[in-house]
Amino acid sequence: MILATGGLGLIYGQSTMSTNSTGAAAARVYQQGAKFANGEFVQFHPTAMKGHDKNRLMSEACRGEGGRIWVPSEKGDTREPREIPQEERFYFLEDWYPTYGNTVPRDVASRAIVRVTRHMGLGLNGQDVVYLDLSHHPREFLEQRLGGILEMYTTFSGEDPYTGPMKIFPATHYSMGGVLVDYAKDEQTGGMQKVHPRNHVTTIPGLYACGECDSGYHGANRLGANSLLSATFSGQIAGAAAAAYLKSLKKSAADLDEKYFESERTRQEVINQELLSPNGTENPFALHRELGEAMREHVFVERSNAGLDKALVTIKELKERSRNIHLDDQGTWNNQSLSWARQVQDMIVLAEVIAKGARLRDECRGSHYKAEFELKVPEGKFEGDPEYEEYRAEWKANNKEWMKLTVATHTEDGPRIDYKPFDASILAPEKPRDYR
Amino acid sequence: MANEIHFRIRRQDGPDARPYWEEFKMPYAPAHNVVSALMYLREHPVNAAGKKVAPVVWDSNCMEEVCGACSMLINGTPRQACATLIDDLDQPIVLEPLTKFPAVRDLLVDRCKMFNALMKVKAWIPLDHTQDVHLHAPLIGPGEQAVRYIFSRCMTCGCCMEVCPQYHQDSEFVGPAPLGQANLHNSHPTGKFFKQDRLHALMGVGGIADCGNAQNCVQVCPKDIPLTDAIAELGRRTTGQWFRDLFAR
Repeated sequence: MILATGGLGLIYGQSTMSTNSTGAAAARVYQQGAKFANGEFVQFHPTAMKGHDKNRLMSEACRGEGGRIWVPSEKGDTREPREIPQEERFYFLEDWYPTYGNTVPRDVASRAIVRVTRHMGLGLNGQDVVYLDLSHHPREFLEQRLGGILEMYTTFSGEDPYTGPMKIFPATHYSMGGVLVDYAKDEQTGGMQKVHPRNHVTTIPGLYACGECDSGYHGANRLGANSLLSATFSGQIAGAAAAAYLKSLKKSAADLDEKYFESERTRQEVINQELLSPNGTENPFALHRELGEAMREHVFVERSNAGLDKALVTIKELKERSRNIHLDDQGTWNNQSLSWARQVQDMIVLAEVIAKGARLRDECRGSHYKAEFELKVPEGKFEGDPEYEEYRAEWKANNKEWMKLTVATHTEDGPRIDYKPFDASILAPEKPRDYR
Repeated sequence: MANEIHFRIRRQDGPDARPYWEEFKMPYAPAHNVVSALMYLREHPVNAAGKKVAPVVWDSNCMEEVCGACSMLINGTPRQACATLIDDLDQPIVLEPLTKFPAVRDLLVDRCKMFNALMKVKAWIPLDHTQDVHLHAPLIGPGEQAVRYIFSRCMTCGCCMEVCPQYHQDSEFVGPAPLGQANLHNSHPTGKFFKQDRLHALMGVGGIADCGNAQNCVQVCPKDIPLTDAIAELGRRTTGQWFRDLFAR
């Protein structure tokens, strides 16, 4: 079987993902023995629209084509954006990162925006909103380059992004982590053997995973546009691998005793029957909303051990409550409440994997950030300066301890977290990321 | 509009059950769309008469008007529910399932017929290998790309079929969208090798002859696809194909 079931954004309640991106399929195979890697590395895209139902993505292309992120310099400024002169605007990415400006990577931009709204209190109306401004570009240019996205902004907000700035905030966007997959190394090149049954196999023989639901390619921080690349590539590789695996088999599923299928079918029916029982009290849609709120509060762009402890307590409570669900729809025909409730139970399982991995990883790496463990680059110091070199030495020492994969194994009491060494033999990191 | 949102929803418990109307009221908040409102209602499924009911069943996925899953009749017009802002609608907001497809439950209908039609017109390009774009892969000029890109945005939402007078549950007409797709794939540098197959599929039952040129499809397409341009072109091409077939015997 090849799993290509995409992301898990719905665990955060709101995300840029489609409503079927719950991660439930990955959660189900995880509960049956497929280890899950790097759950804590969730990408938060800096520029997404707010909404009741989802955060619609304002593509990175906006910033690529010269979009500028800003807030009014003065706290509580209620003027219309067009009335605020340039010198009274805080273009914070341009200020803090002179070299890269608005095109800093997603994790850097997301952290900067959260710092501006939550630590400096400079969000619009004191809220978690900042401006993404393209209105300084001619209309024709924008229509040609970004017409599709800007149309979406107009459709869903009722506002015109051609004549005024858009309102955005970071949102859950992608899961770098996923089902742990292996590969067959080519000893000559150090890369992957093109066709081998071990490529993209999970820890369950015969089960493969590819695309966003795998964990193989993006480490702690995915580069823009590379999701499509890894999905295409991993799909090709996993397909060939599964075919090679099948060729090696002496038996097929059809040769197996009926009893294996019967017992699994019964297991599934029991889950459904428990959920359809009239005795429960918990509303699955409310449980999902509360799960999302806890994840967006404590397992978001900025994390802290105190916050993650709270998240883990909440998740454990939700897990308990999800065993006592009452469905307002008691029917058996197209019962969307039932299928949703099942996915909520699975989302809670993966939420615990994500939060636990984050709790135990005491460092900052890519999209995973804990202020209490930040190694701050010395201000105004660069390569060659003794202060910078001391910082670089600390950074290397931290990599020695933490540059490894988080591996979660399912147990009834929650995920058991182990670590797997990371092979940096082809390209060992020498320089910390610096966008100043 | 005041401080509440008022819905009147046409429900049906199953394919053979009798349809019935049910009304719901929920607190107003700005920037709701029809799907986000339905999401609120499924968490609080109490109808306007105060009775707790099974949540309304509907289909949706991308929430950005690119997947075509959330088509329904909203105040009589077939459109995507996710892209329809409550603030733009007269209340009570009337929600009904599409009528040209078999009812499954509430706002959910069975649109397999659309996908079967796409298979009938072979709306894909069979590939026997992939090719690096720098190694003489087939090229498409920017002018052609500009036209074809619009057709590639078709998301099989079914709105064009909902309004087409020639399309109904007992007809075999493939409908406007598959016609557009057949033409698109016939224009593709590799797809055109299968031009004859697609044209022959449209020269039989349920094909191009069923189009009555009502022009309703272009009026309602959420992606502004010039469907009747494709249909006109197909009219010429199928005629040409008919002549070729005549002389090929």
